[in-house]
Amino acid sequence: MQVARAGWKLAASRESTYSGGFKMTAAAPRHVFSQRHLLGIEGLSPFDITALLDMADEAVEVSRQVEKKRATLRGRTQINLFFEPSTRTQSSFELAGKRLGADVMNMSVASSSVKKGETLIDTAATLNAMRPDIIVVRHHAAGAVHLLARKVDCSVVNAGDGAHEHPTQALLDAQTIRRNKGRIEGLTVAICGDILHSRVARSNILLLQALGARVRCIGPSTLLPAGIERFGVEVFTDMRKGLVDADIVMMLRLQRERMNGSFVPSVREYFRYFGLDREKLALARPDALVMHPGPMNRGVEIASDVADGAQSLIREQVEMGVAVRMAVLEALARNLPNS
Amino acid sequence: MATSAMHPTLFINARLVDPAAGREERGGLLVAEGVIRDRGAHLTVPAAPEGAEIIDCRGQVLAPGLVDMRAFVGEPGAEHRETLKTASEAAAAGGVTTIVCMPDTDPVIDEPAIVDFVLRRARDTAIVNVHPAAALTKGLEGREMTEFGLLTEAGAVAFTDGARSVTNAQVMRRALTYARDFGVLILHHVEDPDLVGDGVMNEGERASRLGLLGIPREAETIMLERDLRLVRLTGARYHAAMISCADSVGLVERAKADGLPVTCGVSINNLTLNETDIGDYRTFLKLSPPLRSEDDRLAVVEALARGVIDVVVSDHNPQDVETKRLPFAEAADGAIGLETLLSAGLRAVHAGQIGLPRLLHALSTKPAELLGLPGGRLAAGAPADIIVLDPDAPYVLDKAELHSRSKNTPFDEARLQGRVLRTFVGGRQVYEASDASA
Repeated sequence: MQVARAGWKLAASRESTYSGGFKMTAAAPRHVFSQRHLLGIEGLSPFDITALLDMADEAVEVSRQVEKKRATLRGRTQINLFFEPSTRTQSSFELAGKRLGADVMNMSVASSSVKKGETLIDTAATLNAMRPDIIVVRHHAAGAVHLLARKVDCSVVNAGDGAHEHPTQALLDAQTIRRNKGRIEGLTVAICGDILHSRVARSNILLLQALGARVRCIGPSTLLPAGIERFGVEVFTDMRKGLVDADIVMMLRLQRERMNGSFVPSVREYFRYFGLDREKLALARPDALVMHPGPMNRGVEIASDVADGAQSLIREQVEMGVAVRMAVLEALARNLPNS
Repeated sequence: MATSAMHPTLFINARLVDPAAGREERGGLLVAEGVIRDRGAHLTVPAAPEGAEIIDCRGQVLAPGLVDMRAFVGEPGAEHRETLKTASEAAAAGGVTTIVCMPDTDPVIDEPAIVDFVLRRARDTAIVNVHPAAALTKGLEGREMTEFGLLTEAGAVAFTDGARSVTNAQVMRRALTYARDFGVLILHHVEDPDLVGDGVMNEGERASRLGLLGIPREAETIMLERDLRLVRLTGARYHAAMISCADSVGLVERAKADGLPVTCGVSINNLTLNETDIGDYRTFLKLSPPLRSEDDRLAVVEALARGVIDVVVSDHNPQDVETKRLPFAEAADGAIGLETLLSAGLRAVHAGQIGLPRLLHALSTKPAELLGLPGGRLAAGAPADIIVLDPDAPYVLDKAELHSRSKNTPFDEARLQGRVLRTFVGGRQVYEASDASA
């Protein structure tokens, strides 16, 4: 932790560009985050990403104080619109908004009760008429958040759209890595598991590459998307080879319905070849760190002793989730028209 | 001013492009009683018969009207998307004088009575020729073949399950075997639904970046290859409705070299667009077959130029807001295309990839020949289904101006070059561009 702290301080003093709601350390802002929405990592510059991570570092300090509340978003309305159930992401966004002083409303629309599609547009129009400042959206279809963003006047944050993007997850992962390794550039990050269906993998590949990491994708070929090698990643179907010299091992969740014969034959076979256990982790660098976006399937993609072990950053990821979302909400709020 | 079919009409100063003869000449064309009577350089004003109306083409192209082998209309059953009337108006504005409408209606066109209904409705409401293609299997369910004989007598020009593929090889074999006895043409959508699975666009890097599941080219090539083997077995006349990739071109080329009675078509969309046009999830470009890579697009353009691909179709498929204003994966397939078919096709001509007569051959002569229809040529005795075309006129497409009841065009705001100035069906003018006589 000592080393990680020092590394983070170094990164923060070198790169902090943030000015605004939180206490400032750097002088004049070098980079202004000027996006209206956060729909994906695609379209963000490395400067945008670094600016958000720097703001998130400040937000961590806020969250660790007794008085966690800021007034940056006071008077603002944030709606969390979740078409897919998600306890963790939704509560993280809710907490982030509340800590910044926003009024937060949660709308969970169980996808079974939704008559898909037109309801998305109708819901967007209805919510828009209530004049929110920020809508946080999760939807099961790729591109749904883009579609919604075109129909509303406020800022939109993508909290996950199908297998497309999950930008705040990639930002929180990057922040977790940066605080523990002191950098992202030059690291080797192995992303393992169901890459095909994973928005977390897509956003992480884009972000980590933008900041200069080497990215590897590891999984059985049935769970690798077509053309993955053209993303500029190294592809491995043998996890043992893919983990060699990795600085970060990032595990992905395997959905239950894909475990029994459709994409992989069985849980036990998957765990044998693609589950992260002590033995496979030993092939990575001795100081390798383990991450998982949650919720975990213990004994499917990750062994319990690894998940709870000394190299695991999984709980810290959750803390960084709130911080990163505070940073995103504040960065977008500053670009709102009447701000 | 509508030209009556009663009076003779003399077109003068035209660039006559007859794709059936594969030649161009300057001259005139004489039409009387709905039929082309004469053509050639000798037809100038003094040659006009008594009482003839004279139309000066001012050097523009005079060509046969287009014959579109694949249009989904929506009547009966989905009139809110398109009727035979609105489809025919869109067709006329696009220079299409004959539409073959697909049987994917409600009820399905799988009974002689429904064929009769469509023909009567078309006679009463449509301004271009309409010929139904009847279902290949009852209810488009891929199980039992329809009455090829009775349906043909009722007026069906071909048999197809429209947007669906017959997955059961035994059903397909029997249908092809029986079809051969009647000499009817089978049109087949070649796409294996199991390999398509949940895929919604071409499989590859683009789909993976958008987080969309892909459709491999093999969904098409495996079905096509199966069909070609069944054609070899049965000897039926077979037309692959639309191919979309380089591998399929190779398969068709080999089948033709082996002398099989096989032809194929390509959608105007696969001819002019590629997967990158989908951009940020534009659902008007969600199509079946999906838009492929630029290499595939170039391969089908080249195959069209060489004659491996026989026919270009609009694959006109009207969809409304309820089926298209959705997340990409949940939106319906299809784009309208009747009105933009020729303008879009001319892109390949302007790019120097194909000659105008060759393009028009694939848009009129060849489909007419396959369907046994008399159009598609500028010869004496042929029906006066003709268009006057300015192949160079540039414009930017505004979907609000389209005649179709649905506006799901993939070419909205696209720059196109080449406009139909006038359209005639059976010698009657059914369309005139607002600036045609200016």
